[in-house]
Amino acid sequence: MLKRLAAWIDDRLGAAAFAEEALNKVFPDHWAFLLGEIAMYCFVVLLATGVFLTFFFDASTAKTVYSGHYAPLNGSQVSSAYSSVMHLSFDIRMGLVIRQIHHWAAVVFIAAIVAHLCRIFFTSAFRRPREINWVLGMTLMILSIFNGFTGYSLPDDLLSGVGLRIAYSIAISIPFIGPWMAFLVFGGKFGSPQIIGRLFIIHVLLIPAAIAGILGAHLAIVWRQKHTQFLIPGAAESNVVGERLWPTYATKSVGLFFGVAAVLSFLGGLVQINPVWLYGPYAAAQVSSPAQPDWYLGWLEGALRLFPAWQFQIFGLEIPNVFLPAIVLPGITFGLLYAWPFIEAWRTGDYAPHHVLDRPRDRPVHTALGMATLSFYAVLLFGGVNDLVAKWFQLPVESVTWTFRIMGIVLPILVGWLTYRLMVALRLDAWERARHAPSPEPVLAAAGAAAGPGSGAARWGLAGFFGAGALGAWRLLRRHRRE
Amino acid sequence: MRGARLAALAFVVSTVASLSLAVVYVLGGQAQLEGTLLGVGLGGLGVGLVAWAKHLMPTGPFVQARKVTLARTGEIEEVAESFEEGAATIGRRRFLARLLAVSLGAFGIAAVFPIRSLGTSPGRQLFHTSWRKGSRAVTDAGQPIRPAELPVDSVLTVFPEGAVGVEDSQTLLIRLPAGDYRPLPGREGWAPDDVVAFSKICTHAGCPVGLYRADTNQLFCPCHQSVFDVLQGAKPAGGPATTALPQLPLDVDGEGYLVARSDYTEPVGPGFWNRNRA
Ligand code: FES
Repeated sequence: MLKRLAAWIDDRLGAAAFAEEALNKVFPDHWAFLLGEIAMYCFVVLLATGVFLTFFFDASTAKTVYSGHYAPLNGSQVSSAYSSVMHLSFDIRMGLVIRQIHHWAAVVFIAAIVAHLCRIFFTSAFRRPREINWVLGMTLMILSIFNGFTGYSLPDDLLSGVGLRIAYSIAISIPFIGPWMAFLVFGGKFGSPQIIGRLFIIHVLLIPAAIAGILGAHLAIVWRQKHTQFLIPGAAESNVVGERLWPTYATKSVGLFFGVAAVLSFLGGLVQINPVWLYGPYAAAQVSSPAQPDWYLGWLEGALRLFPAWQFQIFGLEIPNVFLPAIVLPGITFGLLYAWPFIEAWRTGDYAPHHVLDRPRDRPVHTALGMATLSFYAVLLFGGVNDLVAKWFQLPVESVTWTFRIMGIVLPILVGWLTYRLMVALRLDAWERARHAPSPEPVLAAAGAAAGPGSGAARWGLAGFFGAGALGAWRLLRRHRRE
Repeated sequence: MRGARLAALAFVVSTVASLSLAVVYVLGGQAQLEGTLLGVGLGGLGVGLVAWAKHLMPTGPFVQARKVTLARTGEIEEVAESFEEGAATIGRRRFLARLLAVSLGAFGIAAVFPIRSLGTSPGRQLFHTSWRKGSRAVTDAGQPIRPAELPVDSVLTVFPEGAVGVEDSQTLLIRLPAGDYRPLPGREGWAPDDVVAFSKICTHAGCPVGLYRADTNQLFCPCHQSVFDVLQGAKPAGGPATTALPQLPLDVDGEGYLVARSDYTEPVGPGFWNRNRA
């Protein structure tokens, strides 16, 4: 039966040759290569749960009176959008769990993308011939962040309404074109009723379609160029060492999909996210405190909070305060990220094709730059919760803000320097080891092993791993101080 | 054989969880249980498949050749030749090509108009709110206010009558203790009975400035912690805001209710490039 179907298709499309190649295609096997796959499977979960949500969501700001199972809001004036989300959460069976899975999937989706980006960066997988895929991947990340924000804004609750107000304020801060842009997107001055309907179609059609299309190209290019690999025994620039797609890799990958969906289901069922009934419906003059966006916009929130109260006048024209942290900073961030493969090729003069990955230690300057940048954005991320930190430590917000500002400058330098020293030491150590023993050490065990015999990183679990790693790093640095 | 047993167990657990989910659903549903059962159902499938693949399928390592560069020598020259052949025939019709460029450009301009329809022109909209000379200040329930009804040191959010809930018109009334208020030059008589009114929209990024501390006479914005000093004309005293909250000139009408003397005399809310060109 199956054979006849296959023959039928082959007769019409001549697909047998491709299918033969596909089934035997070899994929390198390493846990870090799964990060992109995890992101992709989150996207699948997002599509599946999202379609369900669209059947219940009403993208309208028309006023209605809420009546439903959530007693505290019964009888209050809310928008249809908010009311439909409440209805979905309290009156539709499995509505709440699917809504929460959707939100969790978005949060994990972007986290997986960022982790994937870090993997690509620190193993230098973006070099020729993979610059196109780097650019496509960056676009996917930006689109995903943007879609996260549009989805977050749809329920028309107090928290997201204030988020939209901030987005509008950022838009009008752009010199000359800002007010026009904001008015075109929002349908006029902030508060015009069009915005929820527009965000909806952007969120469920425009951006997902773009993501699906670009993701398709992203994968097709991986397929065409074949995946990069670490320098494991037998691996070379001119081959791929790993598992065949059929049956092993495909089965594992489908298993991974179920695993990702399972984790998202647990999260969606057991960990509350975005409880819009606690925030209440949006009202122009109200605000909830403390107010934080989803994590992927935390760095932007932090930038808004940490950037000093500067404002510039040029020829009587104003550059509003938010323009620098909220437009210029992301512009530089994403601009640099997009251009990185080209900048690095130009700086290092390395224009050769690479299919074997470098380990972070192989390129100390590169790794140090990456870690310094990451630490800067980590400071911004924590700056986004400066009010909570202040409360926690019972300090004035102002001093917490100043601490973060100083850390934003000092920490990247410190982290960069330390990373550089560590990578150089690790590399020297690996060379020495190679001189004494012919068989190469496994990549990750090196730091732990350097802590001395019997450090037993594995026995002590994660804490032991990091502890042994830190101790090993310390000894390494001391040992190689002179070199 | 351990792999087979693990996979079998995982599939059985998954099946049980999925069937239990059906039971929970029929009984009326419960979010935590639904999530857990979905998780176990999917997780069982995942564990089973991975165990199966790991233990019972060929894991290699297999080696496959790869081309270091995908380009083949000579091919690109052939493409260039074909392209240029075609391009040459187009190039012979210079005049037509230019005309085409012009009409495409014209169409580009025409295509702008639908985009223009997406929103109103900003014009002077950012410079005005719904407050007018004589607008009564009302609560969000539409209640007008006499100064004496406001307890000292209290704050109240008001809107102009007829525009309750309009975002740019939200205003804070604060009744200061008698004698504390020293008007800024040019703002004399804006605070009948020591009631002052400031725009509630934070000049930083537009959040409602929600909190008032009477002991320090400071307004706080919860979004990025800007602080405004009410006795100094609500000028920023901390946080990222750079401009004072605009003050609404107040008066009392014939019936003793608080009214505006005019609209705000400067644009409310966060900055934009031509804000100072009033
Ligand atoms: S919006 Fe008020 S401090 Fe940023």
